[in-house]
Formats: sequence, structure tokens, C-alpha cells
Amino acid sequence: MDAKIKLALEKVAVEVRKDIVTAVHSAKSGHPGGSLSLTDTLTYLYFYKMNVDPKNPQDPDRDRFVLSKGHTAPALYSVLAEKGYFDKAELLKLRKTGALLQGHPDMKHIPGVDMTTGSLGQGISTAVGMALGGKISGKSFTVYTALGDGEIQEGQVWEAAMAAAHYKLDNLVAIVDNNGLQIDGNIEDVMSPYPITDKFAAFGWNVVTADAHDFDSIHAAFEKTSEKNGKPWVIVQKSVKGKGVSFMENKASWHGSAPNAEQYAQAMDELNAIAKELEAK
Amino acid sequence: MSDVKIATRESYGNALAELGKVNPDVVVFDADLAGATKTGVFKKAFPERHFDCGIAESNMVGLAAGIATTGKIPFVSSFAMFVAGRAFEQVRNSVGYPHLNVKIGATHAGISVGEDGATHQCNEDIALMRSIPGMVVINPCDDIEAKQAVFAAAEHVGPVYLRFGRLAVPVVNGEDYKFELGKGVTLKEGNKVTLIATGLMVARALDAAKELEEKGISTRVINIHTIKPIDKDIIIKAAKETDLIVTCEEHSVIGGLFSAVTEVTSLEAPCKVVPVAVMDTFGKSGPAAELLDVFGLNAENIVKKVMENI
Repeated sequence: MDAKIKLALEKVAVEVRKDIVTAVHSAKSGHPGGSLSLTDTLTYLYFYKMNVDPKNPQDPDRDRFVLSKGHTAPALYSVLAEKGYFDKAELLKLRKTGALLQGHPDMKHIPGVDMTTGSLGQGISTAVGMALGGKISGKSFTVYTALGDGEIQEGQVWEAAMAAAHYKLDNLVAIVDNNGLQIDGNIEDVMSPYPITDKFAAFGWNVVTADAHDFDSIHAAFEKTSEKNGKPWVIVQKSVKGKGVSFMENKASWHGSAPNAEQYAQAMDELNAIAKELEAK
Repeated sequence: MSDVKIATRESYGNALAELGKVNPDVVVFDADLAGATKTGVFKKAFPERHFDCGIAESNMVGLAAGIATTGKIPFVSSFAMFVAGRAFEQVRNSVGYPHLNVKIGATHAGISVGEDGATHQCNEDIALMRSIPGMVVINPCDDIEAKQAVFAAAEHVGPVYLRFGRLAVPVVNGEDYKFELGKGVTLKEGNKVTLIATGLMVARALDAAKELEEKGISTRVINIHTIKPIDKDIIIKAAKETDLIVTCEEHSVIGGLFSAVTEVTSLEAPCKVVPVAVMDTFGKSGPAAELLDVFGLNAENIVKKVMENI
């Protein structure tokens, strides 16, 4: 992709990462690991790919995004805040009593959230329903949904995968965030979902792979999904849990825990250093 | 009461087909039971708006939630056991919590499923659905009420659970009947005992009232078709004006009509309330009409409960 656009996206992504770490630190709980692994993809979607307008979040013709891996809400909230759907100050109230930002995405109250999610396996079904609604209404919007690689252990994911192919929903793009870790450890040790690409192909999907932390690779994968051939698309992206914060990277223990004050300071130092490097480019 | 008997699942299928004509946003989902739930009637009329999801009820509920966000009004159907039971969490989290405009048409509720037996006889669905904040729960008593309930559900903005039966039941209401969501119906006045019934037990309560009147016991009969939100006023009035309330339902005694009625009386007008219900037990195989007798869901048992408690 264009080098200037790529740099701009990288700059947004580092701000999003800072927001995620700050929000989770402020909440003293939450899920930073899987939020950081999905950050670049969400940044690409909201700042480049999707037809969305924060001033008109209910536009019936907009593209939709369903965070099926709903526990990584800090990533979605941070991207939405950066995009201008709501005040960034809300991020500091994440998970607190009376806060706008609930522990998991709540479509009824949070501007820009297209579906209430959090119970794993359910988001993709609703995304299939949205894509079906678009098709039968003759609308041209695309529905995107992101799943965790642990999440696809849920049987409902495969019910949804079967239905999406059956209804020929080529306006649906699923992303499997393959960071290889879930709360109990390595996904292969807990309950291996591999081979992920072969499984989706067998269910009748178009399959592409991507490096989740390289905007050129992300862009190339999403560009392919504009081909309409009567099959839904899945992007299986290799990602790093905790990406961008050295001590969180590839550690299952950072699935669902918040940094203490010292860890938070280190995380912000590291992210600020990346931001500075990008500014110098 | 006319001699004609119609299963409310038939009413459901016919009403959907009628509704489809006047409301182009109505879409119907089924899980490989379109013949049994009678959504096949809608499918025949509007094949492009009927979606078979295969034997995957959890996903079906999710599809309905998603399509509702695009402005469609989905009706999802399966047996009560599977759509309220198996897919409970999907109904709670993908439909109830975001308060989406999804209508659940559950057929084959209660033990009157008959020969299929306990695995398919759902006596817990009202309890489950009633526990979800914002969910409307409707249990129509006959063909006329069931058809109007389908239209009322489509008009209501938000999730609605509609409970239908497999067994052909008497038509209680006249052609001039007007269904009003959340409003109980006094079918017969009386000042000694009140029978509060729902679903197929309404006709049986009317039969019981006839016998009680013959014994000189003035009996009021109330049809509670909307179990949530429940008509508190009609219950409080009965609690104050009569000496005894007997609730009559084809559902577990836990969490259904008996619970809903006593939740009102205990707070607003404490009085004696006696249940005629499935008494915390599983169903079994057999012809539906026989099973209703075996489980005491008949006029005879209602009369017995009144005589024991008055």
C-alpha cells in the first residue's frame, strides 16, 4: 500500500495501543493481550477500509463490524474513540460503575458498536445475519467480524460458518486472530483448532492469510476479499498476543490481566518510543 | 366454546403467511422443522423470505439478532425445548441484552407434545424466557388468540416469545375477540374462586368452572395470555374479590404462571394461590390427551384443587 497511508496507519495504531494499555490499567482489569494482537487490523478497518462515519453511526448503508472476540473490547473502544465516535476520556472510565464503556461491547449505548458481544461464538452468527440482511435488501455493505483462535473452539462458530457458505454470503469477511494463546495457555495444548485454514476451506469459504502486524500484508488480504464469488471470506492472520509491549508479547498470562503502575509506565515508555520513531520517518 | 379444534402451531403458520402479505420486512427462520412448526405455510407463500438454518438453533437465533439490526423483523421457530432451552444463552445475550426486534415462535411446548416424550416436552420455557429482562412472553389459548398474538408481536418493538402447542385445542374466543398485549381477559365472572389459566388450560378451566358452578361455587375465569408483562390489576382484583386463586398451566410449577401470579399477590394482595401445573417432574411418552390427564392438567384436577382448598 501507499507508504504515506501506511505510515499514517502505523501512527494511529500506536496511539490505539497506548489507549488500550491506559484503559485497562485504569480499569485494573480487562484483556490487553488479544486487544493488542488485533489493533493493526482494527485500525486498518476503521481508518482505511470500512465505509463508516462517526457522525452517522446508524447509517443503514454503512459497513458493519462485529467483535465476536468481545473480550478485546479495549481495542474496539480505543479505535472508535480515536475515530471520534465518543470522547477519549471515556476510555479512562472503562469497566467502572456507571461508565459508558462496559466490559464487553454494548450496542445499545456505545456509539459505533454494531453488535453486543462477549459470549464467545455468538458474534459470528449475528454477522452472518447482518450479511444476509444486506443481501436480501439489495444493500452493498460489507460485514466484518473478528474471532479469536481460541473462540473457534465454540461449536456455534462452525454452525455459522456452514450457514454463511450455504447462503453464499460473499459480503461477509471474518478475521481469525491467530495469536496462538488462550486464557489457559497455548491453543494447541488446550484444544487445538488447527488446521484453521483447511477447516474454513472445507466449510466452503475463501481463505487468505496475513501478517497481522504488517499493513502491507493486511491490505493485500483485505483487497482480495473484494472479489465476489458467492463464498464468504476468512482472513487467518498470524498475530502476536500483547504486540507492542515487550513483556506482554506471546504471554498467555496477559490474556486477562491489567498492568500495575510500574508495568504501565514501562508499556507507555515502549509505545512512546515507537511513536517517536514513526514521527521521525 | 365451539366444537372446532385447532393446534396453535397451525394458527402460527397461517398468521405468519397473512402477516407476510402486509409486512414485507417479516422474515422467518426455521431449524429443519418447518413442517412441524408450520412455518412451511409462510415458506410456500414467501420462499425468498424463509430461511432454513438446518439443525442449528443457537446459530439461528444469532442470525435473527443480526438481521434484526438491518431493519428486518425475524420470526425464529423451533420446538420450545430447542429455541428456549438449547439456545437460551443466545436468546439472552444476542437478543435480550441488546433488546433486538426478534420474535421467537416456539411450538411443541409442554407435555402435549405427546409420544416424543420428555426430551421434547418443554415445561421450563416460560420460566427461562420470563427471566430475561425486556422479553415479552405470550402463551395463546386458541386459534383466534394465537393469530392475533402473532400480529401484535410484529407490532411490538423488542423481543417477544410466543408459545404454541402441537395438540389441537378448542376455540375459546369468538370472531369478535380483540387481543391486547399485556391485558388479561375475564372470560367468566364469579365471586368465590378465581381460576387464572394460560394456553390450552384456559378451555379446561372453563370446563372446571361449569362443574364448580353446578356445585354452587361462583367461579371467575381469567385468561392470562401475556405472562410478561403480566396484568397485575386483574390479578389483584381477583385476589381481593375472591377467596381462592387456582392457577392452571401446562408448564412446570417453577417459574411459570403460578410463579408470576404469586409474585404479584405476595406483594400487592396476599391470598391463597394453588397451582395446577407440572409438579417439578419430567414428561413421558403417550398420546397428548392421556398425558394431560396423567399430569393432572384437566378440569377434574382443577375442581379437586378448588374443593380441597376452599
